[in-house]
Amino acid sequence: MRLGVKLLLVAVAVVAAGVMIGFYVSNLTTLAGSPSYALPVQNAAGGHPVVDLQIETVAAVGPKLSRNPDWVSYLVRDNGQWKRKTVWDLPAHATVHVTIYNFDGASGLRNPFLARPQGMDGNRILVDGKPTDAIDPNDASHTFAVPALGLILAVPGVPDSAKNPCGYAPCSVAKYDHRTIKFTFHTTTPGHFRWQCFVPCAAGWLDGFGGPMQTIGYMDGFLNVKA
Amino acid sequence: MAAADPNAAPAPPNDSTNHGLRVVVAWFVLSAIATPLVAIFVGHQIPPGNASAQGSEQVFDNTWMLSVITPVICLLVVFFVYGLGAFRATSDAVVDGPPLRNDSRIQVLWIVGTSVIVLFLAGFGTYELLQNGAGGGQGPHPIAVPSGSKFQVQVVAQQWQFTYRYPSLGGLESNQLYLPADTDVELHVTSLDAIHSFWAYELGVKADANPGVDNVVFVKTKGPGTFHVRCAELCGLWHAYMFNNGHVVDSGQFQAWAAKQQKLYAAIKPFMDKPESEGGAPYSKTYFPAPERRAG
Repeated sequence: MRLGVKLLLVAVAVVAAGVMIGFYVSNLTTLAGSPSYALPVQNAAGGHPVVDLQIETVAAVGPKLSRNPDWVSYLVRDNGQWKRKTVWDLPAHATVHVTIYNFDGASGLRNPFLARPQGMDGNRILVDGKPTDAIDPNDASHTFAVPALGLILAVPGVPDSAKNPCGYAPCSVAKYDHRTIKFTFHTTTPGHFRWQCFVPCAAGWLDGFGGPMQTIGYMDGFLNVKA
Repeated sequence: MAAADPNAAPAPPNDSTNHGLRVVVAWFVLSAIATPLVAIFVGHQIPPGNASAQGSEQVFDNTWMLSVITPVICLLVVFFVYGLGAFRATSDAVVDGPPLRNDSRIQVLWIVGTSVIVLFLAGFGTYELLQNGAGGGQGPHPIAVPSGSKFQVQVVAQQWQFTYRYPSLGGLESNQLYLPADTDVELHVTSLDAIHSFWAYELGVKADANPGVDNVVFVKTKGPGTFHVRCAELCGLWHAYMFNNGHVVDSGQFQAWAAKQQKLYAAIKPFMDKPESEGGAPYSKTYFPAPERRAG
């Protein structure tokens, strides 16, 4: 076989392998990633941007929202609908009012220190309307944490005795037992800030930290803070 | 008389040039110029920097090692460059190269020279390591322990952030790392879940953070400044985001920071002080967190 033919065959094989790897990575990214969601911005007095972020945490995301229906997940309210999007666009130097509706039970924190809310206004959260400086770490169901902003809070779980727990998401606030957590924080300069849950809440995975804990679009995401 | 073989390769040209002497002379000249230049102008720019005594020692060690290997690199460069120039084929004729001969003097010189260099570096490195651990993790029973009192700080890694506990401040835990300036610090590095690595870059500190292991590191801080903390062990999705900044501050600033953190910590302290079996985490050298109810 001539040298040119050999080189051509090698080149074709390399290109074919590259295309196959590209398809594989593309499929993986589609499965693992999350579309971004630009939160509607209201302008307060003086043009200061204010954002209202409503999210819910569910024990099982359900077949309507994911190919992994049993995975635990965060959802965001987008035009009145609960969507599985965990990459959120926010304006810089904005006030962000956050409401978390938690429909999941408690798992407990690996590090109880994280049950102390920090990084929001007053280093305090409202749990079902009651100002709280710390929750019992054993009652923690999830956390919402943006380490680069120093923001962290633990979300208490729905008691095991709840009469009307939500099975699969989306979970209606009016219909199912839940806990409501509210707090306010402020974005700073533009940047790309990851957020995550620190509770080992991935049922059935090694040490509770696989699957949805290691996949953007479930218990992890980004705050895209834009100028 | 036998006829000459018409297919035999032409005899190699007779070369009386002393190539070895030329290479050695060129090597000596280049090394004499390059080694001091490298030591003076490159050495002090080698990481990690001078934010701690250990960091400065690492810069010194790296400068020494670089100075020792510079003549070795010079020899390779001279040999290759000289070879490319002196032994370049001048025509398309296929001829044998000069015959290779055994030279026991060169062999002895090579073995002795490389042995001396390797043994020197091994001895030098061991001596430096035994001074104070050189900023590396020494496990739960360190053998290179600096003398004098030390300020203890515990580094707790988990997926995916570091937190820090101060036993002298009542077990205070914070997600910020503040250290007093000009102080001998004893770091106890551990993990709550996977294998991480605590890398305080400018301090010259790097220690594995393993669950159930108390990995001790010693570092002597210098003047106030900021340093970078990174995880240096691939530990999952957010490994690349597992970083923050540490601060070396003067005594007054440290006290002010500690007072502020104590105030914040007071709300969680009652829970932290509970026994581990009840979900607490009283200060300990290692931790075995309980909450894995759903973990499978």
